[in-house]
Parts: sequence; structure tokens; C-alpha cells
Amino acid sequence: MTILVAYSADEYGRVALDYGASEASRTGERLVVVNVTRGDALVDTRYAGSADAQAVRDRLAALPGDAEFIQAMSQDVAEEVLSIAAAQDPRILVVGIRRRTPVGKLIMGSVAQRLILDAHCPVLAVKPDAAE
Amino acid sequence: MDSFSLLLDGFVSALTLTNLFYAALGVLLGTAVGVLPGIGPAMTVALLLPVTYNVAPSSALIMFAGIYYGGMYGGSTTSILLNTPGESSSVITALEGNKMAKGGRAAQALATAAIGSFVAGSIGTALLVFLAPPVADLVVELGAPSYFALMLFALLAVTAVLGRSRLRGFIALFLGLAIGLVGTQTGQPRLTFGNPLLADGIDIVVVAVAIFAVGEALWVAAHLRRRPLEVIPVGVPWMSRSDWRRSWKPWLRGTALGFPFGALPAGGAEMPTLLSYIGERKLTKHPEEFGRGAIEGVAGPEAANNASAAGTLVPLLAIGLPTTATAAVILAAMQGYGIQPGPALFDNEPDLVWTLLASLFIANALLLALNLPMAPLWAKLLRTPRPYLYAGILFFASLGAYSVNFQWFDLLLLLAFGLLGLLMRRFGIPVLPLIIGVILGPALEYQLAQALAISDGDISTLWSEPVAVLVYVVILAAGLVLGVRSLRHARGPAASDDQSDREQVSS
Repeated sequence: MTILVAYSADEYGRVALDYGASEASRTGERLVVVNVTRGDALVDTRYAGSADAQAVRDRLAALPGDAEFIQAMSQDVAEEVLSIAAAQDPRILVVGIRRRTPVGKLIMGSVAQRLILDAHCPVLAVKPDAAE
Repeated sequence: MDSFSLLLDGFVSALTLTNLFYAALGVLLGTAVGVLPGIGPAMTVALLLPVTYNVAPSSALIMFAGIYYGGMYGGSTTSILLNTPGESSSVITALEGNKMAKGGRAAQALATAAIGSFVAGSIGTALLVFLAPPVADLVVELGAPSYFALMLFALLAVTAVLGRSRLRGFIALFLGLAIGLVGTQTGQPRLTFGNPLLADGIDIVVVAVAIFAVGEALWVAAHLRRRPLEVIPVGVPWMSRSDWRRSWKPWLRGTALGFPFGALPAGGAEMPTLLSYIGERKLTKHPEEFGRGAIEGVAGPEAANNASAAGTLVPLLAIGLPTTATAAVILAAMQGYGIQPGPALFDNEPDLVWTLLASLFIANALLLALNLPMAPLWAKLLRTPRPYLYAGILFFASLGAYSVNFQWFDLLLLLAFGLLGLLMRRFGIPVLPLIIGVILGPALEYQLAQALAISDGDISTLWSEPVAVLVYVVILAAGLVLGVRSLRHARGPAASDDQSDREQVSS
């Protein structure tokens, strides 16, 4: 089976990748990491830059099983991850979640929330320790 | 020195709360739009033209000048941290600045850019204060034929010297002149197509907002999704003693190059920044560092672009000749107030001029204070999603165009010229000659009519003044040099024009 990780280049993405990688090296399953940007701003800090992308690839190469790193650009980040999930048909989808303030809920749509609600596979939500 | 006491008076009125507020607002806005690629000071001033209906002339001009200066500062931040010039005068800065940032010296690059801009801006403004009045005194002697010649020279120079492709430059120029013709100012209707709404001509606000703002917004909408660029994280800018030692000479040399180029009717910041970069590469004691992040290559061009911004105000205030897009829009604002820039300005509106000049010093100091500690904050602006940004721009563009006459027809014009702006960006046609053409075209015609009226239709009056003759000789000589050079180029390998069309259009 496959483990799918929704990755962003911040602590939430990193903790999701940590969990996915340890799970994959335990079970020897295939690990697919996706990193999506809307691409409508000049700079998107959650999209892995060349150094960060290389670090992810190095990490995937060290795994015992098969692994893949997908970077994509789409109008709707959640939609893109869901469509990759539909194509890969993973055992679980790992996603990092964060606390949102009421104002934050007003102006930002949560990608994690839509993944949890709309994915057809089980979704595992992980949290960074510091965010407790 | 008479200028000095007048300047002190200017400081007194520039330091009032209202004017300080507008100066601060101007430099904040200017830095912000300078940081964002594609949105330059020219577009911002164009979008803000409607405020001139409610705000006192001195306050509005102080704000516009602050935006102009601020744009020069902001552009360097983007150049250094992102390798994408925030606006055209920072293209050269990106060469060494981004290399420095990649080598972990972003803080030093930002510091030398900001402090160099301050040094150059202050010296440039001081030169402006002492040069503009004597220039105005000289110019006031000139008659209509000389004005005609000078304006012709400015039009040709802006078109032929700055752009990479002369053909495209002239296409833009003639488009601008044609737009400037619309109306019945001369007694007969021209290009009005029998439409009474066109009888008063097309308002410059509508054209400027459409070309700069709507054109850019449409262009961005056509290229909405792009892979995000990598921004280099940076702390607060600072410099070591050796950085200071290596920076101060390039700052002064950059100023010396930038100011005269700005002051010439063929102004603009692209030429002096390039020349400064080439010069610093030759003079440096660390040639091995060039191409890998030499601080001189940031210090010189950054000083040059700010000095040239100060320089462009000399012809703008003393002759009424704009040489950059921003100066052209500021001129439109002055005309909106019924203020005629030119030699008489210093006599008719001394309070306004000296307040403006004093506020330039204040704006410069504010910019240094804003940019040095807040560079990391400005870089955060780059994360703004484009849809939000351009929705706001389009909103203000429509509002601005509508508020000119409260006519739906102006919105139609806005859209039409916005499409023109999009097509110009698509085909790499520079925007500057068009705007200068729209603004200077009617003035050029007025001077010609004036000259011919005085001479009773005798065309030889056009070369009856020594200054006019001198200008025509310069035009001919420049034309010859350019012609010979392009012939020589035609024999050599064809230079590729299309590579950096994009840089040409964003000003």
C-alpha cells in the first residue's frame, strides 16, 4: 500500500513528513509526498524551495521502500491533493494541522480541514509538539 | 545664498503636521510599490491622481515625490532578496545584490543600497536645490521656438535612447501623440468621431491609469499562476567597517553619474545604473568578487538610481519636461492643479516649490529610517496573493477614472486603453514614450502654434533662436551616431531584442 503525505515547507508539513517517513520505514510501504502551491503570489513560503525540496528528496532516498516527491501548482491546493490521493489510492493520508484563531478562520480556508472531510481514505492528523 | 533662505522657509512649511503626514504616507506607499514587481511609482501616482481634487497641491506633490523616491528604495530590496527587480531602475542592482544575498551577505547588500540611496538622494536633492533656480532663469529667456525644439528633443531622446528597440519606441510615441490629438482644443474637432464626449480630449488620468494599472492587471491576470520564487531570509541590515570603506566611493561616483543623466532630457535611471556598474567593475580592487557578489556593484548603481530620481526633477520643475514615467504623471498632476511647471514656477509658486524641495530631504531621511530596520518586513509584502493585490488596483483604477468627469464613458475608455496596455506589454512596446507623448504632444503643438503665430506663419522662425539651433544640431548628431551604430550592428550578429522585453515595460 501507499502512504500519502501532504507536505508544506513549515513545521506542520515537517511533522507530517516525519510521521509518514517513520511509518514507511517501519512497514516498508511506498511513500508519496505532495507539495502544492496556488502560485498566485510572488513568494510562497509553504512551497518547498530548491534547498528544502532537495532535503525532502534525500530523506525519501534513504527510505527502504519506494518513494516519490510531487510538487504541483493548482488553483485549489486541497483539490489537487485530493485528486492525487484518488489516483494513488493510499492506505492513509498524513496531514499536519494547526490551531486557527476566529479571524484566521474568517480569512483563510483550511486545506487540512478539507482533506480530512473530503478524502476517501483514512486521514491521520498530526501536530507539532510546540503547538500544544 | 538666496536659495538657502527660501529653502529654510520651505522646511518650515514642510515640517507642518499635514505635510509630514503626506511625506510619510508617500514614502511608505512608495517603498511598498517599489518592493512589488510590476507595480511601480508611476502606476501608484497615476492611481492617486484623483486625490488631487481634495488635497492641497503642496501636500499632494510632497506625497508623489515621496512615492517616487520610495520606489527607488523598495525596488532594491526585491532585486537583492529575490533576483527580480522591483522596478526598472533596480535591474542592475540584482546582478551583484542577489549574489551577495545568496552568499549570506543580504544584510550588507540591503544596508549599502539603503545608505547609498540616502547619500545619493541627499546630494542629488541639494544639487537640485541649487541648480533648478538658475536653470529656470536661463529657460525663462527662451521663446516658443526653443521650447518646441527642447520638447522635440525630449520626445526623441526618451523614445530612441532608452528602449532596446527603436521601432517599438516610436510605435509607442506615435500612439501617445495620436491620443494627445483627440479633442477640439484647436478649434476643429480631431479624432473625436463626432462624439461630444471626446470633444474635451481624453483626460490624462484615464490614459495613465489605464496603461499603467489596468494594462498591468490584465497582463498579470494572463500569467496568474507562476512557480513561486525563493526569497532569501534576512535579518536587520548592517555593514562592517570594510563594507563602509568599499561602499563610500561607489556611492559618490554613482551620484555623480546618476544626477546629470536624470537631469538631461534623455533621463531615466537605466543608463546611469548600468554605467555605474561597468565603472565599478573596472575600478574595483576586488575584481574576483564581481559576478559573485561585490558590494561595489550594489553601492554604485543604487546611488545612481536615486541621484537620477533627484536629477529628473530639474527639467520637470525648471522646464516642465518630464523624462521618466513617474515624472510625466507628476506633471499631469501639476497640470490638474492648473500649475504650469516651467521657468515661471519658481516666481509664481515659490511656497509650493520650496516646500516640495525641503520635503524631499525629509522624505529621504524617512526612507532611510524606514528601510534600514524594516527590510525583512517589506520582504513579507511579496507573499501577498496577486488576486487580492490586483483586485484592489482595478478598484482604484476604476474609481479614479470615473471620478474625473463622473461619466460612464471614461470607464469605457479605461477598458479600451487597458487593453492597449496589455497588448503593449505582450509585444514588448515600452510604455514611457506613450505617456510622454500624450502629455507633451499638446504642449508641443501649443508651442509650435505660438511660434508660428508670432512670426505670421513664417516657418523659419523655428530656427531663429540660438538655443533651438543648438538643440537641432544635437538631435541631428545623435541621430547620425545612432544611425551609424545601427548600420554597424546590422552587419554584425543581430542583437536579440526580445530577451528582456518584460523589463522594458514595467516602470
